[in-house]
Amino acid sequence: MTIDDLIPFLASTAGAATPLILAATGELVTERAGVLNLGVEGMMLTGAVAGFGVTLVTGSATLGLLAAMGAAMAVALIFAVLTLSLQTNQVATGLALTLFGVGLSAFAGKGLAGQTVEPLPRIFIPFLSDLPFVGPLLFRFDGLVYAALLLVVAVGWGLAHSRPGLILRAIGESPDSAHAIGYPVIALRYAAVLFGGALAGLAGAYMSMVLTPMWVEGMTAGRGWIALALVVFATWKPRGVVLGAYLFGGVTVLQFHGQGLGLAIPSEFLSMLPYLATIAVLVFISRDAHTILLNKPMSLGVSFRADH
Amino acid sequence: MSRLEARLEPSRAMMLASPLIAAAAMLVSGSLLFSFLGQEPLHAFYVYFIKPASTAYGIGELLLKATPLILCGVGLALGFRASVWNIGADGQLTVGAIAGGCVALYFQDVEAVWLVPLMLLAGALGGMAWAAIPALLRTRFNTSEILVSLMLVYVAYLLLSYLVHGPLRDPDGFNFPQSRMFHDAALLPLLFEGLRTNAAFPLSLVLVGGAWFFCARTFAGYRMQVSGMAPAAAAYAGFSEKRNVWLGFMLSGGLAGLAGVGEVAGPIGQLQSSVSPGYGFAAIIVAYVGRLHPLGVVLAAVLMSLLYIGGESAQMELQLPSAITGLFQGLLLFYLLAADLFIHYRFKPAARVSALPAASGGNAA
Amino acid sequence: MSEAVSVVPSVRPEPRLQLLGISKAYPSVVANDRIDLTVMPGEIHAVLGENGAGKSTLMKIIYGVTRPDAGEMLWDGRQVRITSPSAARSLGIGMVFQHFSVFETLSVVENISLSLDERVPLAELAPRIRTVSEEYGLPLDPYRLVHSMSVGERQRVEIVRCLLQSPRLLIMDEPTSVLTPQAVQTLFASLRRLAAEGCSILYISHKLDEIQSLCDKATVLRAGRVSGIANPREETTGSLAELMIGKELPACRMTPRTPGEVRLALHGLSLPSDDPFGTDLHDISLTVHSGEIVGIAGVSGNGQQELLKALSGERRLDQAAAVQLCGVDAGRMDPAQRRQIGLGFVPEERLGRGAVPALSLADNALLTGHVQACGTGMVHRGLIQSGAVGSFARKVIEHFKVKCGGSSALASSLSGGNLQKFIVGRETLLAPKVMVVAQPTWGVDIGASMLIRQAIIDLRDQGVAVLVVSEELDELFMMCDHLAVIADGRLSRRVPVSETSVDRIGVWMSGNFTDRTDATPSTGVRHHVPA
Repeated sequence: MTIDDLIPFLASTAGAATPLILAATGELVTERAGVLNLGVEGMMLTGAVAGFGVTLVTGSATLGLLAAMGAAMAVALIFAVLTLSLQTNQVATGLALTLFGVGLSAFAGKGLAGQTVEPLPRIFIPFLSDLPFVGPLLFRFDGLVYAALLLVVAVGWGLAHSRPGLILRAIGESPDSAHAIGYPVIALRYAAVLFGGALAGLAGAYMSMVLTPMWVEGMTAGRGWIALALVVFATWKPRGVVLGAYLFGGVTVLQFHGQGLGLAIPSEFLSMLPYLATIAVLVFISRDAHTILLNKPMSLGVSFRADH
Repeated sequence: MSRLEARLEPSRAMMLASPLIAAAAMLVSGSLLFSFLGQEPLHAFYVYFIKPASTAYGIGELLLKATPLILCGVGLALGFRASVWNIGADGQLTVGAIAGGCVALYFQDVEAVWLVPLMLLAGALGGMAWAAIPALLRTRFNTSEILVSLMLVYVAYLLLSYLVHGPLRDPDGFNFPQSRMFHDAALLPLLFEGLRTNAAFPLSLVLVGGAWFFCARTFAGYRMQVSGMAPAAAAYAGFSEKRNVWLGFMLSGGLAGLAGVGEVAGPIGQLQSSVSPGYGFAAIIVAYVGRLHPLGVVLAAVLMSLLYIGGESAQMELQLPSAITGLFQGLLLFYLLAADLFIHYRFKPAARVSALPAASGGNAA
Repeated sequence: MSEAVSVVPSVRPEPRLQLLGISKAYPSVVANDRIDLTVMPGEIHAVLGENGAGKSTLMKIIYGVTRPDAGEMLWDGRQVRITSPSAARSLGIGMVFQHFSVFETLSVVENISLSLDERVPLAELAPRIRTVSEEYGLPLDPYRLVHSMSVGERQRVEIVRCLLQSPRLLIMDEPTSVLTPQAVQTLFASLRRLAAEGCSILYISHKLDEIQSLCDKATVLRAGRVSGIANPREETTGSLAELMIGKELPACRMTPRTPGEVRLALHGLSLPSDDPFGTDLHDISLTVHSGEIVGIAGVSGNGQQELLKALSGERRLDQAAAVQLCGVDAGRMDPAQRRQIGLGFVPEERLGRGAVPALSLADNALLTGHVQACGTGMVHRGLIQSGAVGSFARKVIEHFKVKCGGSSALASSLSGGNLQKFIVGRETLLAPKVMVVAQPTWGVDIGASMLIRQAIIDLRDQGVAVLVVSEELDELFMMCDHLAVIADGRLSRRVPVSETSVDRIGVWMSGNFTDRTDATPSTGVRHHVPA
């Protein structure tokens, strides 16, 4: 194995990590508001099919990305109405959203199989992109790779230092108290769920429009669930999401670079790695119940109803 | 939301009616979708929901497909009642199929009546072993059983794929990723001439009866119910949470494993790279629509089975994508969850609203 | 101010707040029925009533958290409609909630910032918090995280939060239940000072003595209606009680009794809390004898939850000998095993811990009644014997006068008092040898409270060893033979009730156990003065 083998491996890690960062950051915001949305996988698939389809038809990647976010927000809205307005069980409704998204995307994407779109353009920065090693590693990605990182910084800062972030944390800890001092808990939770939906849609679109780039039924293959695990792994802190996502990105692309890296293992076993790695890190993080309890939003998964 | 008010007691009538309301709402939206797709709604409705079940063969198919849904669904219902969130039934089903299939292939020369029972046992143990992983990690390390059981579904799929591409591949099978066909002694006996319904169906009904007895009569079933409804009360009463999690996973994993054997020793007859069109996930819907009650699960499983068969029928006759099945399944669960609102809430009687004058006048501050 | 420019010359200034015919109905209960209330500027006005009389609902209506079904509200003589807490705040109404509306994971300054309608940078807000809190004798460090603070300090956060908005009406909902008797006096001084500055205070309580020492006027509520308006200083405790519950405060019957052998013993129990925001227990030792009631006093959040879990077995210990039940080392046993040797336990939370809300009373009888040693025969060879379960449930309902729709009624359909009677009754009829009761009458109306207290005293008279953990000092003095105090996870030694006083227990509650003035040996003759 040489450095030349390693560079494409590391570079494709960034691509594989980006949808995880997007989806996990969105879910993180949702969970910090106290809502557990297990439907990330379904929202990603919805975004993936909508983004791909619209790009294919209109030829505009921008419209495709907007459509992806819009479509995923629409299904997230169903989840929000059920869990927030009708107070259904969040776990059951999240599962329903995933099952619905799987079905909806398979149905809507029936005519899209086998076609392909132009992936997002890579941003070439004169001089920097041409540097050896550093160029392909840092300066030859499409805009979303950088945007995802900026987003994490923005969300991290916003949660810690901005007033909306403060309010969001308050609602996630105690919706009853927040209601008692006059915050519109339900409306704010709607916003958080929709934000999570938009980012999950973007994450799905990144997979269908950039990574593959084509539509395949069920193509997210559990990435939505890995994003959920990442939120736990990150102990609900945005910066942890980046670390985790790059770690998983690396594990995910290992299967494509396995032979180049000189690993003589059946491909199925390499493909298992992301899932096994998810289990391993979940065990690693959650065996310390104290850390989880300290960081987990206190009202996570609990329905709230204002009595008036 | 102010138009709704909490009921003093949850409505039993709504508890039973809400799955029916959900099914009706799904049928209505299905018809709307059909007409949106340019089909004659009534005809499409007939092709999708009525025709498949209008012949003896169709009913046989209905029961055949309902069987794995009943087995997985009843197992999941037992777990969900106790808030044990096993969503990896499809993985446990797959591993059960592998275990049962390995037994069939190992004894490929043996013609004996004990072979099928042994396969069923192996399948149940395989499913339980796969379910033991999330159970162990949850009880030992407090790891989310939802995520672990789900991850293991993908691992199970890949394991099966590896086996049929490699060690278990039929040497005379032109390199297709599948095992050799099971011999007759390794297949579940058929119930009726000309139908594909096999002995797994009556077996599933017997197990449903057992599950009902477990829930209604045994103290262990009561413990699981309390753990699901009020974990703090279960701790207060001294019901072990670990035992609860283990029991939930062993029951649902074992039943899913049986379902896997039912597929490979039934309609499939060999190991293939995929043995389930997502029965383990559809069973989540079955469990909920069946009100987490064993008998309800049977009815819900038949309805879901109809959705599968209707999807195939619509694909053949109307050239509609069979993926419509998944859409209907998702819708069904959404409608059920929404309808369940009325178990605990009701619309405020209009008369009372008008009888109370609003506190009006003056400036809003 | 409007009263200064009032056209009609009047000796009396305009009322600050006037409620006319406020009504609010919930499906199960009419919480407020045509309530009238008038509060003058600078007046400390008590709203008195027992649990469930509708006080909290009325306050939430004034603060805009809850909307009334009918009625009018006048503020400085002008009709207003308060549709949200922020509308209330902009009028100058502040509220200190009974179950605080503070956020544990946030700092003091973040908490206060959340309830200010103006946007003030935290860096500017912090010094203001420091100044105002010290001015009123309620010092606070703005950068502390709330979860590291005691309940009393959390209340300060709420009060300072209101003071920063220069309130013209301050609502205090049962503020003293989280304070030591000494801290209550400090709070009263602050409130009197506020009132002298012209701020009106609505003081919600069910404690008659407090109202008599603090308040100028009292509006008394009973079952959602105004049952009277009085000047509490001119009333006796008896006449106020008459207004509040329609009769004299009932008393418990309790006669002195010689205790028997040790039934419950704690030896050097130390336990780190499993809740990151909880309290660790340090070296707790205590004995409870057959035929006596030992009370544990303390401000909530000082380790009561942890101690109770260690006693019940919900939290298992490493050292088996740290908890001894009837002479058996029980530290490692789970709750069911401890019940097997004779433990009965009534937890603080009724719905969700002591009873399963969505199950019937019969099924809730099975919750603890399944224990073999209790001899109820509810479970035989792993099967539920529904006949035995039902008849036991009916016996509890009958003996303890539980108002309900029979043994098939859901636990969630019962009022707090009736459910508590059911749980106490269930634990009592299972014939325990040791009974641990947490907050026996929290949120329970007076009638049910007395029945429950008497039932516990009767258990003692039958020779059961009883441990009562309560935050209500009056209750402990009423029904205990001995008292100990828990503060910051440490337990004081026990003293006979007759040899101590509210003041001394109050000093202990602040964590200062070192006074040895009453170091009389605790053996010897016990005197008991019934309340």
